[in-house]
Amino acid sequence: MISVKNLSKNYGNNKVVKNVDLEVKKGEVVVIIGPSGSGKSTLLRCLNLLERPNEGTIKFNDKNIDINMKDVKSIRTKVGMVFQQFNLFPHFTVLENVCHAPVVVQKKPRKTAEEDAKKLLESVGLGDKKDAYPSSLSGGQQQRVAIARTLAMNPDVLLFDEPTSALDPEMVTDVLRVMRDLAQHGRTMIIVTHEMGFAKEVADRVVFFDKGKIVETGTPKEIFDFPQHERTCDFISRVLHVI
Amino acid sequence: MSFISSFSFMSQYWMMFVQGVITTIELAIISIVFGFIIGIVLAILKKSKYSILSIFAKAYIGFIRDTPLLIQIYIVYIGLPMIFDVNISDFATGVIALTLYSAAYIAEIIRSGIESLPIGQFEASLALGMNKWKMMRDIILPQAIKNILPALGNQFIGNVKDSSLVSVLGITDLMYQAQTVRGSTALGVQPILVAAAIYLVITWILNCGMSYAERRMSVNDIR
Repeated sequence: MISVKNLSKNYGNNKVVKNVDLEVKKGEVVVIIGPSGSGKSTLLRCLNLLERPNEGTIKFNDKNIDINMKDVKSIRTKVGMVFQQFNLFPHFTVLENVCHAPVVVQKKPRKTAEEDAKKLLESVGLGDKKDAYPSSLSGGQQQRVAIARTLAMNPDVLLFDEPTSALDPEMVTDVLRVMRDLAQHGRTMIIVTHEMGFAKEVADRVVFFDKGKIVETGTPKEIFDFPQHERTCDFISRVLHVI
Repeated sequence: MSFISSFSFMSQYWMMFVQGVITTIELAIISIVFGFIIGIVLAILKKSKYSILSIFAKAYIGFIRDTPLLIQIYIVYIGLPMIFDVNISDFATGVIALTLYSAAYIAEIIRSGIESLPIGQFEASLALGMNKWKMMRDIILPQAIKNILPALGNQFIGNVKDSSLVSVLGITDLMYQAQTVRGSTALGVQPILVAAAIYLVITWILNCGMSYAERRMSVNDIR
């Protein structure tokens, strides 16, 4: 579904992502783990061209994506993104948050968009909050609205950029439950997270990312129980120790 | 003649002050409305990726902010008929000068309003496939304008006061009327004091209205 070759991103002389190759198949759930500041979020943001890679190729559904292209709408509507800080639109109601982009970007009739939005909100357990404003919701609820908003565009791939890092611990489970549900329904997902338990349980493949590079990739069992590289061992022993 | 009774001229001339107030408020309202529209355009031009547009906006804003309003009024007054070869009424000249003046300040207010929004609002809009125009129209400007309403209100109050300068063009605003009454009554400072009191009352009313509006708007506004 997505195939990345030789992708690099630098800010000035600071190389944040270094010649990364990554392949994600349809229906696959790939979890990227690694220390803070290793560039994993930047890698994720390169995939929907929120950050422009400096070099490399991105293939999406076997079609080459021009990394400098101006008309990014086509890729951004197919590659949805969920942010750490939710980034809901505070001046819109929950329902309007979810159906706004389908109406103005995809030109869906408003009525259809609203119907779809209501269904999506039901599916994330927030059907009764459709007329609320984001400021009246808890962090976990906001993030679930944000997931519904992303799903409303009917994307082929979902990118999650540390979706639970800004949440109180008791809110995390609700969001993870929604994500687990999506994974079980065969959604293609690329998730950057520090939730190791979730990664172990849901990931088809875990990627350990450090200093702008993929150090190691494998099944959750391979990465968590039998890591091959020293850096991976070190990281895993540290984070699992915390848990 | 006591100082208080020296204001007895008002019984004869109050109508002139009323007319002056109306003209002053007209000047302030028209110039804030058009200044706001041009201000949005300037704020967006300043951010443009085409350097000629952003340089133009920067130069314009810089010129307006760094030269006296009185000079700008004369430039419009003398310059416009020269360039366009049409007869523009003094009132229109005053409106244009005040509009061009407040547009530059409003552009900066809008810019600060846009920049005060969390970067995530821009990223979320773009990630949903919106283009820059839709993002600005639906997501950024509505929030930015709400945030800058107090500053816009202050600009409006500024416009009320600054409009006194266009009296040099013979526009019958409050300041001009005060001067006229001075001439007719041969009084020194009293008509000017009356005008000052009226300006004070107008701005006081506007300030009260603004704080009321702010309180109303912040009711459900917790991020």
